[in-house]
Amino acid sequence: MASSVSIRDLSLNFGNVKVLQHLDLEVEQGEFIVLLGPSGCGKSTLLNCIAGLLDVSDGQIHITGKNVTWAEPSERGIGMVFQSYALYPQMTVEKNLSFGLRVARMPKDEIDKRVARASEILQIQPLLQRKPVELSGGQRQRVAIGRALVRDVEVYLFDEPLSNLDAKLRSDLRVEIKRLHQRLKNTMIYVTHDQIEAMTLADRIAIMKNGIIQQLDDPHTIYNKPVNLFVAGFIGSPSMNFINGTLDGSNFTVPGYGVIPLSGYQFVAQKNGSTVLGIRPEHIALGEDARKLPVQIETEIEIVEPMGSDTIAWTKIGGQALTFRAAAEVALAPGQKVLIGFEPARGSVFESESGNRI
Amino acid sequence: MSTNALPLSQPIVDGPRGAKPKRITPARIGVYAFLVLSALFFLLPLWVMIVTSLKGMPEIRLGHLFNWPAELTFDPWIKAWDTACTGRDCNGLKPGFWNSVKITLLSVPVSIVVAMINGYALSFWRYKGSELLFAVLIFGAFVPYQVVIYPLIIGLREVGLFATLPGIVVVHTIFGMPILTLLYRNFFASLPAELFKAGRVDGAGFWGIFFRIMLPMSVPITIVAVILQTTGIWNDFLFGTVFAGRENMPMTVQLNNIVTTTTGIREYNVNMAATILTAAVPLVVYFVSGKWFVRGIAAGAVKG
Repeated sequence: MASSVSIRDLSLNFGNVKVLQHLDLEVEQGEFIVLLGPSGCGKSTLLNCIAGLLDVSDGQIHITGKNVTWAEPSERGIGMVFQSYALYPQMTVEKNLSFGLRVARMPKDEIDKRVARASEILQIQPLLQRKPVELSGGQRQRVAIGRALVRDVEVYLFDEPLSNLDAKLRSDLRVEIKRLHQRLKNTMIYVTHDQIEAMTLADRIAIMKNGIIQQLDDPHTIYNKPVNLFVAGFIGSPSMNFINGTLDGSNFTVPGYGVIPLSGYQFVAQKNGSTVLGIRPEHIALGEDARKLPVQIETEIEIVEPMGSDTIAWTKIGGQALTFRAAAEVALAPGQKVLIGFEPARGSVFESESGNRI
Repeated sequence: MSTNALPLSQPIVDGPRGAKPKRITPARIGVYAFLVLSALFFLLPLWVMIVTSLKGMPEIRLGHLFNWPAELTFDPWIKAWDTACTGRDCNGLKPGFWNSVKITLLSVPVSIVVAMINGYALSFWRYKGSELLFAVLIFGAFVPYQVVIYPLIIGLREVGLFATLPGIVVVHTIFGMPILTLLYRNFFASLPAELFKAGRVDGAGFWGIFFRIMLPMSVPITIVAVILQTTGIWNDFLFGTVFAGRENMPMTVQLNNIVTTTTGIREYNVNMAATILTAAVPLVVYFVSGKWFVRGIAAGAVKG
C-alpha cells in the first residue's frame, strides 16, 4: 500500500525545549493511526506539525507523496477536527461547513453538493440553519467533523475530538467515527489520551512519551507485548502488575516470596539480574481455574473494589502489591485466603534498568 | 414503597425550614441612610449648576445658591449655545460643538480600527519581537502626555499636519493606541486559539480570518472601545488646545474660553449652561450604553 503521510526525521524545539526529536512515522493509505500518550508527550504538537499549524525545526513531512513541509495548512490536503469544536460562532452550521470552500472560491453548486453530502453522512441536515450556540456538544462536534469532511481530502486529523463530551456521548461518537472511517476509508490520524478510544479505533497505535514514539503497533500487540515498562503501564486499566525481582535463566526470584519459574515465556533477549515481571490483572485466575495454571500463589485479600461488571481485588506477593480481576459473582472479602495463578507466557518481563522488554 | 415515610400533609415543626426570612435590621437602615445622604451630597453641585443656569443675573446676585429660580429663564442656555463670546468671536459654543463632533467622529473609528488590527496581529500572528513590541506599546500608556507634546508638534509641523483636522485625528489615534491595543489583544487572547487554527486549515489568510471570523466576534469589546474613545476624545482639552488649530477648536476649549474670560461681568448662568451642554454628550453616551460597557469590560477582563 502507498504511504499516505510520511514523517521523516522530524524535530521541533520551542527555544531550548525539545518537544519532538528525530521522529519518523509512516502512515499507510486508509489507515487509522492513533497517537496516544500522557499530556505533554508531544502528540498534539505532532498533529499540529502535520497540519502545518506549527513550523518544524527540522525534518520533512510528506502527504500523499508531496513534500508539504513548507506548505500552508490549506494547501496540504488535510481536514482537521479540534477538541473545542472551534465552530465559527456567528455563522450558521451551513456557513460553518462551507466556509473553507467559499474562501477557496468554489462554484456554488459544488459547495451545495459537498455540504449536502457531509450533512447526510453525519445526519445534521435538520441543524443546517442553526447557530453553534443552539447545538448540544455532540451536535457541535458532528458539525466540526462535517467541516473537515466537506474539504474532501485524503487525510483527516483529529485532535482529542471527544475529550469535551460526557461519557455517554463519547462512546456514541466513538462508534460513529469508526463507522465513518469504514465508510470513507480515508487516512485518519487521531490524537487522544484515552486508551479506550485508542484501542477501539486504531489500526495501529503510536504510544508517545517525551516526544519519542515508544511503540507503534496494532492494539493487540501493544496490549499483549508492550516493548517497555512505560507502554506496559500506560495501556490497560487497572494497570499491569509490576513485580520486582531477579532473573537467573528462567527462574524469577521475588524477594520475600520465592522463585517463580517462567517456563513457556518467550524471551527476546537473555539477560540475568534485576528484572520486572509484568502480569495483567485480567490474566490472573482465581480458585479452581488457578489450579490448572503453571504458576500458583497462596495469598490473602486486602481490598476489594466491586466495579459492577467485575471485581478488582488487591493482594500482596512478597510485600509487593498485586491486583487481579475476578468475576463479579465471586464473593471476595478482605482477609480471605485465596489461591491465584497465572501463565508466565502471557506476562511480560522487563529489564529494570532500561525498562525494555526481554 | 417505604413504610416509614411521613404523610405529605404532616407539618414539620422541628426547627427552621425553607428560605431564611429577610429582616430589616437597624444596621441596614443606617447603611441605606448613609448611602442616600452621600448620593445627595455628591449631586449637590449638579443641582446648583442646573438652578443657576435657569436664573437671571439679578437673581444670582442675591446669593440664594440652592433656591429654585423665582423667575425661570432659558436665556442663558440660548446665549451659551449661540452668542456667548469666546475671545473675539461671539457665536457661542455652536462651532465648538460641531468641531468636537467632527474630531470625535473621525478619531474614534480610525483609532479603533488601528488598535483592532494591532491586537489581532499581536495575539494570533506572533512573530519574533512581537511580545517586546506589545510591552513597548503598553509602556506608552504610562508616558505623561506633556512630555511628548513638543516633539509631536515639531513632527506634525514637518509633515504639514500641525493645527489641522487630520493632525488632531492622528494625535488621538496615537494616544488611544496603548489602552485600546491592550483591550483588543486581551479580548482576542481570550478567544480559543483553535478558532484561529480552524480558519487557517480552511484556507483563510491574515485578512480573511480578521474580517470573516474575528471582526464579527468582537462586537462587545468594540462597544467598550467606542464608549472609551468617544468620552475620552470629547472630554479632551490638552490636545484640542495644542493640535487642533483655531479652525477646529473643540467644544472643551471654547468652554474654557467662555468661562475664564477676564473682561466684563462673570455670567455664572451662561457658564453653567455652557458646562452642562459640553458635558451632555459623554453623559448621554454613558447612560445609553452603561450596561454594554460593564459587560464588555468583563468580557475583555480589563479593569476600566
